[in-house]
Amino acid sequence: MYNLTIYLMVSAVLFLLGLFAVMTRKNAISVLMGIELILNASALNFVTFSHFSSGNLNGQVAALFVIIIAAAEAAVALAIFLNIFRIKATSQVDKADLLQG
Amino acid sequence: MFGLVTYILVAPLVTFGIVILLGKRLPRGGDWLTLFSIWTGLFASLYLFFRYMLGSYDPDYLVSYSFNWLKWGNYDLTIGYAIDNMGIMMLVVVTLISALVHLYSVGYMHGDPKYSRFFAFLSLFSFSMLGLVLVDNLLMIYCFWELVGLSSYLLIGFWHEKDSAANAGKKAFITNRIGDAGMLIGILLTFTTLGTLNLHEIAAGVTAGKLSGGLLTAAGVLLFCGAIGKSAQFPLHVWLPDAMEGPTPVSALIHAATMVAAGVYLVARLFVILTLDASLVIAYIGGFTALFAATIAVAQNDVKRVLAYSTLSQLGYMVMALGAGAYMAGFFHLVTHAMFKACLFLGSGSIIHAMHHALHHIHSDADAQDMRNMGGLRKLMPLTFWTFLIATISLSGVPLTSGFLSKDAILGGSLAFAMMHPKHWILPVLGFSAAILTAFYMFRLIYLTFFGTFRPGEKAEAEVHESPWTMTLPLVVLASLSISIFFVAPGVNPFNAGNGWFATLFPNPPRAYELVLPHNEEAIEPIKEIEIVEHVEHTEPVAEVIGESATETSVEHSEEIHHENEPLAIVHNGTLTEEKLAEEEHKEEATHTTAHAAGATAHAVEHDAHHDVHHKAHNIAMIISIILAFSGILIATAGYYWKKKALDPAVWQKRLGIIYKGMFNKWWSDEIYRATAINGTIGLAKVLGWFDLYIIDGIVNGAAWLGRVYAMIEGWFDNHIIDGLVNLTAWIVGIFGRIVRLFQAGQLQRYVWYTLVFIGLFILMKVV
Repeated sequence: MYNLTIYLMVSAVLFLLGLFAVMTRKNAISVLMGIELILNASALNFVTFSHFSSGNLNGQVAALFVIIIAAAEAAVALAIFLNIFRIKATSQVDKADLLQG
Repeated sequence: MFGLVTYILVAPLVTFGIVILLGKRLPRGGDWLTLFSIWTGLFASLYLFFRYMLGSYDPDYLVSYSFNWLKWGNYDLTIGYAIDNMGIMMLVVVTLISALVHLYSVGYMHGDPKYSRFFAFLSLFSFSMLGLVLVDNLLMIYCFWELVGLSSYLLIGFWHEKDSAANAGKKAFITNRIGDAGMLIGILLTFTTLGTLNLHEIAAGVTAGKLSGGLLTAAGVLLFCGAIGKSAQFPLHVWLPDAMEGPTPVSALIHAATMVAAGVYLVARLFVILTLDASLVIAYIGGFTALFAATIAVAQNDVKRVLAYSTLSQLGYMVMALGAGAYMAGFFHLVTHAMFKACLFLGSGSIIHAMHHALHHIHSDADAQDMRNMGGLRKLMPLTFWTFLIATISLSGVPLTSGFLSKDAILGGSLAFAMMHPKHWILPVLGFSAAILTAFYMFRLIYLTFFGTFRPGEKAEAEVHESPWTMTLPLVVLASLSISIFFVAPGVNPFNAGNGWFATLFPNPPRAYELVLPHNEEAIEPIKEIEIVEHVEHTEPVAEVIGESATETSVEHSEEIHHENEPLAIVHNGTLTEEKLAEEEHKEEATHTTAHAAGATAHAVEHDAHHDVHHKAHNIAMIISIILAFSGILIATAGYYWKKKALDPAVWQKRLGIIYKGMFNKWWSDEIYRATAINGTIGLAKVLGWFDLYIIDGIVNGAAWLGRVYAMIEGWFDNHIIDGLVNLTAWIVGIFGRIVRLFQAGQLQRYVWYTLVFIGLFILMKVV
C-alpha cells in the first residue's frame, strides 16, 4: 500500500517543476504549461487528501473544479497572449512589460 | 368744506405740474391755466371767508380734520387741516395777492423767454404758501416752510443768467436754512417733551404745564429762529434786499406780502406757548429790526431797495407786536401790510417797466430802478401814481387808511406793554422812531419818483406810458383795500378798529405764562376755574347766551368743531360783559369754594386794570403816531418838494457824516458778515481742508503703505517658506515614488519572484 507521503512528494515535485517552468521559460506557451503543472499538482493534492480521509468526497469535487478552472484559464490566457502578440509581435513574456511603472 | 379747501390747495400744484411739463406746447405758455386755478382759489377762499368766518363770527371758530400718517414707536403722527379764522384770513390774503400778481405778471412778464416757467413757479409758490397756512401741525408747517423757501429761491434766481440774481437766490436760501435749523431743533424739542406736533395739542399741553420754564423759553426762541430767517429779522435780514433781484411781481408776492409774513404767521400760531422771556427776545429783535431797517431805507436810491427795507421794518413791527403781546395788532398789520406793500411793489414794477422801456429807447444804460433817474412820473403814469400814493399814506400811518389802524394797534400794544413793564420803555421808542422814519422815506420816494421833472430828458419822456390794464387793475384793487373802511366795519369810527370784525375775530389769546405766573401760590387754580366755568356753560341756559355765536352756529356748520380754547377765551379775553356773566355764574355755582371765588375776583380786577392800560396806551399811541406820521411827511415835503435850504438833503448827508454812510451802506451788515461769518467759514474750511489733506489723508496713506509693506513680507514668506514646505513634501513623495517604481517592472516573472521571496520571508519569520 502506498502511503500518503509518496503522493505528496509526487505532487510537490510536480508543483516545483511547474513553478520552475513559470519562472524560467521565456515563451508564453511554456509559462502556460508550467501553470498547468502547478494546477495539476494542487489537484493531485486534493484527490490525495480526499482518498486518505475516508469517505470525504470534498477533495474530489475541488479537483474537478480545478480542472474546470484550468480549462477556462487556458482559454483566457491564450486570448491574452494572442493580443500581446498582436501588439508586440512576440510571444516572449519578458518583452511584455506594458505595465512597467 | 374740506373738498373746497383741498381744491384751493391742490389746484395750483396740479397746474404747476402741467405747466412745468407742457408749458411750451400750450397756447400762451399755459398762463391761463395757472390764472384759472388761483382765481377760482380766490373765489373759493372768499366764499369760506364770508360763509364760515364772517358767517359764524366766532373768535374760536375751528374746524379740523386729521388722519394718522406715520407711527413712530408710541407716537402717532397725524397730519391734517386746521381751519380757523387765522387760516381763512391767510387763505384770503394769499389767494388775493397771488391772483392779482398772476394777473399783473401777464403784463409784466410779457415776452420773457421763460414766460411759462415763471407761471409754473408762481403756482408752486401758491401751493406751498396755502399749505403752510392750512395744516395743523409743526412738521407739515416745516415741510411747506421749506417748499416756500424753495419756490422763493427759484423765483429770486429766475433770471439766473445774471450772476447777481443767481447769487441772491443762493444767499436767500442759505440764510433761510440757518434759521430753519434752529426751527427744526425747536420742533424736535417740542416733540420730545410734549409728544405731539399738532398745534392745538401743543397749546393744550403747554397750558396744562407739561412743558414750562427754561425749556419752554428755549422751544419758543428756537421756533422763532425759523421766523427770523423767513421774516428776515435782524441777524438774518441780509437776504431780503438782495432778493429784489427777482422779477418785481415776485417781490410783491413773496418778499413783501406772503412768504416773509410766514414767519409772523408762525409766531402768531405759537403765540400761546411763548413765555415772557421768549416774548421779550421776540419783541426786542422785532423792535430793533423795525428801526434798523427804517434807517437804511432812508438812504437808499434804488426804488425796490427802499421798499425792501421798508418791508423789513414793517415785519419788525409785526414781530415786535407779537412779542409785546399785541396778538391782534401783529396779525392785523400782517394783513393790511400785505395789501399796501403788494400795491407798492406792483406800483414800483409798473414804474420800472415804463422806465426800462423809456431808457432803452434813448439807448441809455442808466439804472431803471434808480430814483435819481426818475421824476415827474405823476402826470405820465397817473393811475400808478394815485394807487402808489394811497398805499404810501397807508404805510406811513395816516388816518383813514388800514395802515393807520394796524400800526396804531401795534404802537398802542407796545406802549401798553411798556406801561406794565416799565423796564422795557425802549420798545415803544423803537416803534415810534421807526414810524417817523417810515413816513419820511416813503414820501422821499414819492417826491423823487413822481414829482419834479423827468431827469433822463424829454426824448425819453415821450416814451413813458401807463402800463396795460392787467398791471393797473391789481394796483387799483390793492389800493382800495388799503382804505380803513374795510377793516372798521361794522364799526363806524374810522379811527378805531376795536369794534371791527377783525378785532372781534382775533382777540388776544392768553399766553401760557399769563395763566400760570400771576398766581404763583395757586399756580394750578386757574385751570380748575376754567373747568368749572366750562361745566357752567354746558349746563346753564344762561351760558347759551354767552356761547350763542360760538356753540350753536358752528355746530350747525360742521360736526368736527373743537372748543378746546373756548373756555380760556371767555375767562381771559371775552368782552367785559361776557366775562362778568361767566364770573357771576361761577360765583353762584362755586360758593362752597370761596378760595376760587376770591381768585376769580382778583383775576377779574387784574383783567380790568389790564384793559384800562390798553385803552389809555391806545389813545396816547394814536395821538403820537398821527403827529409822527405827519411830521415825517412834513420833513420829506420840506426837503424834497419845497426844497427848503435848511433841509437840503445834500447838506444833511454831509452833516450826518458817518451816520449817513452807515445808513447808505446798510450799516455794513453784508461787509460785517463777509468779514466774520463768511470769511470765518472759509478760513475754517481752509484749516479743515489742510487737516483733511495732510492729517487724514496722511493717516490713510500711511495705513495703505503699512499694508503694502506687510503684504510684501507676507508674499515673500508665502513664496519661500510655505511654498517651500509644500514643494519639499512633493519632492519627498517623488523620491519614494521613484524607489517604489523600481519594483513595478511590468514583467510577470519578476512578480512571481517577489511572491516567492516574500513567501519565503514569511515562512522564515514563522520558523524563527
